[in-house]
Amino acid sequence: MPKAEEYKNNPIELEEVIITQNQEISPEVHLISWKRTQHFVPGQVVKITLDRAVPPRIYSVCSGNDDPEISVLFNIKEDGVLTPPLSAVIPGMKIWATQPYGSFKDGKKPAWWIATGTGIAPFYSMFRSGMSENKTLIHGVRQLNQFYFEDELEWVMGERYVRCCSREQSCNVFPGRVTQYLSEINDLPTDINYYLCGKAIMVVEVRDLLISRGVPYENILAEIYF
Amino acid sequence: MKEALFGKTLDELTALAVEIGLPKFTGKQLAEWLYQKDIQSIDEMTNLSKKNRELLSSKYEFGLVDSTKVQESIDGTKKYLFPTAKGKFIETAMIPDDDRKTVCVSSQVGCKMGCLFCMTAKQGFQGQLTAGEIVNQIRNIPERHEVTNIVYMGMGEPFDNLEQVLKSLEILTSEWGFAMSPRRITVSTIGIVPGMVTFLNRSEAHLAVSMHTPFDDERQKLMPVQVAYPLAEVIREIKSWDFGRQRRVSFEYIVFKGLNDSPRHVQELCKILNGIKCRINLIRFHPIPGTPLEGTDEATLQKFKELLNDKGILTTIRASRGQDIYAACGLLSTKEMLG
Repeated sequence: MPKAEEYKNNPIELEEVIITQNQEISPEVHLISWKRTQHFVPGQVVKITLDRAVPPRIYSVCSGNDDPEISVLFNIKEDGVLTPPLSAVIPGMKIWATQPYGSFKDGKKPAWWIATGTGIAPFYSMFRSGMSENKTLIHGVRQLNQFYFEDELEWVMGERYVRCCSREQSCNVFPGRVTQYLSEINDLPTDINYYLCGKAIMVVEVRDLLISRGVPYENILAEIYF
Repeated sequence: MKEALFGKTLDELTALAVEIGLPKFTGKQLAEWLYQKDIQSIDEMTNLSKKNRELLSSKYEFGLVDSTKVQESIDGTKKYLFPTAKGKFIETAMIPDDDRKTVCVSSQVGCKMGCLFCMTAKQGFQGQLTAGEIVNQIRNIPERHEVTNIVYMGMGEPFDNLEQVLKSLEILTSEWGFAMSPRRITVSTIGIVPGMVTFLNRSEAHLAVSMHTPFDDERQKLMPVQVAYPLAEVIREIKSWDFGRQRRVSFEYIVFKGLNDSPRHVQELCKILNGIKCRINLIRFHPIPGTPLEGTDEATLQKFKELLNDKGILTTIRASRGQDIYAACGLLSTKEMLG
């Protein structure tokens, strides 16, 4: 299809979906799920709302493309409109969601996945979809209990799974922020892709650091929480 | 700290007047003093009794905030630094051009959007501005009586602070407010679609969209927003609106050397903008520290403009203003002032 056609024929519509699961996987952090009905590409996002009249918010899919459910990971924002009620949904309740869409997609080329907080979601989706073979995952958090899915990730990825914690310490965990960890590496590879997901300031700082170390900006793809 | 009156709408002023026991019509009187007269304090509101002024002053302050620094460019552009209520700073540019004086206002302290080419992105996001802090950038500069145009193109993404931006537009365009024509105001977005829809519904001001390339793969490397709100979705939404004769939609396009300045880009722009009555503003890139990007050369820029015009898309090149004081497009930042 010519590209211009795509601009007319690809609406991202909200559909009613039924919640199948709501797990609090860490304090104030929830993973909610509903049945998957279409194929998607790991790294894609969905829009969610509880009320069609309220503009939806965007979340990365946090489940594998062979999993029977679509899941999203979020932390509760005290003053948020969506996350407090969303954290209270129970199986059987209906919410509105789009099919996955978006272009934050990794391929077969070696890559580093760099995330902070719930920014782990797209990378966990890629991991669950069997894409972690030649990837390195660097996850930065403030507290140790924010290393979501760490047992599974550590088991499969071993030393290619790097944990950075800025406020607490533990063995096998780098004591500091992701940017600190990266700045202490002497030979950052410049011929691989870098995928970043998290808050704007992390993305901007890491991107600047990578560019200053010779990584072409074309090799860096970022997703920012809005 | 007392609550500011400046930045409240007529409805809010009326409600607060009634709440403290003043007549309902005081709301209208307050709006006139705040937005149509050149005073700075509640005490100067002389059509209110002294007792009522004292009553107001016991709970509220007028709410104007003075700039703490001003820099002037060799081309006459001025950059004002304003403190915010939360102890941060924002920048505002005043750009004179013949008989026009355009004020470029900020809508947030810093920005969350992380665009590769923008200096504001490098300071991250420090907070939202109130409607009062947005309008103060126009009301409280020496050129306030000469302002002809307002553009929301300073620090921040306006549709990430939607309600305060809409409130500021209401104050600027209402009869009880500054009574400016919405046709003299342009709000620029990188394409936050839900905010854009609400804005198009609730305001008559012009819309500008930062595009910078028509190709998804290129855009997502320049602008992370592309992942969440693809350009296709932005264009599709715009195509569903009838902009009529008066309201304008324009696309901002910073021209980077060897990246987005080819005939292939012209072709694709024509394809995706087909059916939209719009204009393209080409912008020269103003380099920021550590950037891997380069601005295109003047000859290529002119050629790119001609090709687009030849294809029937009204295209202009925006004059670079205030570059020597870092007031030009993409250069506003108060990062050095962050504690």
